Amino acid sequence: MKRTNKKFAPMLLTVAIAIGLVACGDDDGGSSSSEAPSTDAPAGEVRSSAYVPTGDPMDYFTAWEELPAEAGGLDSSPVIDCAPEEGPLKAAWIYVGPINDGGWTQVHDEARMAVQEHFGDAIETTYKELVPEGPQALQTIEDLIADGNTVIFGTSFGFQDQFIEAAAAHPDVCFEFATGYKSAPNVSQFYGAAEDTDFLTGMAAGAASATGKLGLVSSFSFAEVVRGVNAWTLGAQVMNPDATVKVLFIQSWFDPAEERKAAEALLAEGVDVLGQKGVDSPSTGDVAKENGIPWAGYNKDQSANYPEVWLTATAYDWSVYQIPRLQQVLDGTWVAGNYYGTLKDGFVKLGKYGALVSEQTFAAIEARLVELAEAPGSEFTGPIVDNQGNEVLADGVSHTYAELMSMAYLVAGVEGEL
Amino acid sequence: MNSNLFIIIISSAIFYGTPLFFAALGGILTERGGVLNLGVEGTMLIGAVAGAWGSQHVGGSSWMTITMAIVIGMLAGGLVSTLLAFLCITLKVNQTVAGLAITIFAGTVGLSSYFAKTWGVSESPVTRQIRKLDVLGLADTPILGPIFFNQNILTYLSWILCVASSIYLFRSRFGLHLRAVGESPATADAMGINVTRYRYLHTIFGGALAGAGGVFYSLAIVPNWVDGMTAGAGWIAIALVIFGFWRPGLTLVGAYLFGALQSLSSTLKARNVSISGDLLNALPFFMTIVVLVLVSSRFAHRRLGAPAALGVPYEREER
Repeated sequence: MKRTNKKFAPMLLTVAIAIGLVACGDDDGGSSSSEAPSTDAPAGEVRSSAYVPTGDPMDYFTAWEELPAEAGGLDSSPVIDCAPEEGPLKAAWIYVGPINDGGWTQVHDEARMAVQEHFGDAIETTYKELVPEGPQALQTIEDLIADGNTVIFGTSFGFQDQFIEAAAAHPDVCFEFATGYKSAPNVSQFYGAAEDTDFLTGMAAGAASATGKLGLVSSFSFAEVVRGVNAWTLGAQVMNPDATVKVLFIQSWFDPAEERKAAEALLAEGVDVLGQKGVDSPSTGDVAKENGIPWAGYNKDQSANYPEVWLTATAYDWSVYQIPRLQQVLDGTWVAGNYYGTLKDGFVKLGKYGALVSEQTFAAIEARLVELAEAPGSEFTGPIVDNQGNEVLADGVSHTYAELMSMAYLVAGVEGEL
Repeated sequence: MNSNLFIIIISSAIFYGTPLFFAALGGILTERGGVLNLGVEGTMLIGAVAGAWGSQHVGGSSWMTITMAIVIGMLAGGLVSTLLAFLCITLKVNQTVAGLAITIFAGTVGLSSYFAKTWGVSESPVTRQIRKLDVLGLADTPILGPIFFNQNILTYLSWILCVASSIYLFRSRFGLHLRAVGESPATADAMGINVTRYRYLHTIFGGALAGAGGVFYSLAIVPNWVDGMTAGAGWIAIALVIFGFWRPGLTLVGAYLFGALQSLSSTLKARNVSISGDLLNALPFFMTIVVLVLVSSRFAHRRLGAPAALGVPYEREER
């Protein structure tokens, strides 16, 4: 198990409500309502988003002492000095998958390399890959600390308890944990609004479908993943109001063979566009490529490797957060807290738009992207009905941050169950 | 897309059953000579990583690359089983222990992962993969198309090997000698058959077939190198040898049966039939146990059972 989030409400809560209420008014008007017909011609070339993130990542970071207790807040989150007396700062990354998984872990390792490049000789980075989730992670952490590493990054949800345990034993080491929710004076949590880019990716997928039947290969029915599945579906429905999304949860983050089988099974059910959320390999793309149907990826821009079928994907840039945080370590100002990045600070972004994405769809997605950058989470604005027929959000109402973090329903149009 | 559930299950059974058949056929040839190879899982992984390496480093046309990748995977598999043969036949060590040692040594987080790192197989995706063919343009034929005319080259090769090995085993002098070596090496030796040579050659070729099964994983199923990607297929193959009574034809049927189970849970889940994938994955082993119980409790045992000298090193002096 990795990267799931739980309820807690940092600074974004107020921002989300405030801006979300404004933004939701635009939901039925404006650019996104253009309801591009799925037949308009593909552009035939690969393009990048014109959006340039300008936000300061640290605007989306809150120290534990400034957060309420139910959001992981602590009485105090003192400055931890984990920089060495002399020599380079040693920082280590712990990965659940192989660094060549073509997705999650690979993107994390690219961030590590970006960090290395940014700091040069000032920081010495290292990593451990294929670390099993659970008790074994503790040994890995201890080994890394014994080797002199004083900043430890964890990148999979299943390492969380071991991080908390190790943090208590090593109060002078800075721990940075991705996709968790537990707090400690020397443990920070970091993740971001992937649901926003999942929504935009879903728009590309919805527009690419002729039949309105889409398939999504997914991992676990955790809130973080469910958020993405729902956002993806809502995005598809912007472009094609009747779109349905058949989702299969394979109960693994990284299992290329299972991902392939799930994609094949979806194809056999007659979907004409494939997507993925929470699963880390490009196996789904391989199936799409073999069968010549459009594919929306996850984690990483794969437009170069899958040019014939590529639409776009949620992509992460973990270094957006890691570089300023490591700078704080070097400056002696590091405190633990919670970070939830956005499109605006560049933590989440869209991969390149594939040649299959039409001009009209491109324009619609770009317009919506700008809105979501200002109002993260606003794609979840009522009326929203779940796939059991119950109303989840009334007209004009948006989810709070806490509700987003604990999402446990599937929106109407998703075929599948949690 | 053809959405007939039955056709989907059969065509994917053939796809996922093919690597199992390759490894199991290797097991048949090895065991028919009296050598037990429990190193299949590790051998497959070595074959898989070598095949992925081959696809990245052999230039030329796509056919050339794929053919060479398969050959390289088979050579690597053969090399690993040469080690096993040396241990079991020349040094006469316990075959169970030797096989397990090979699997642990070559398997996940062992030699195969080491090669993947040092050869840089991990760093880039395979560029060329073994694709499904459209044979004679008949792939879109209803029913028969997806099953017979839309498979990949290794599957067609496996069908040829199935027939060829059956003829070899049961209709040729070499096959007769091999079976004699597996049933009673002392008698075979007395007949002037070179027991050591027969065992060596078939163990090595058996390993090469396991290597080809591994290549199927790294170039057709995933297609990429992933640590431990065969995920127990080697063990299923060993079970298959028993399940197929050491006969290629029956083993092919068994391989497709077990192959069907591999993708069945996804297919059924997509049809809103919920069934545990773990349970389905356990079924091949369960079925093997059932078959073992059936054959061991019946008179059929002697005609269908294991080669009598399976797992026993041959020592001339013992006579």
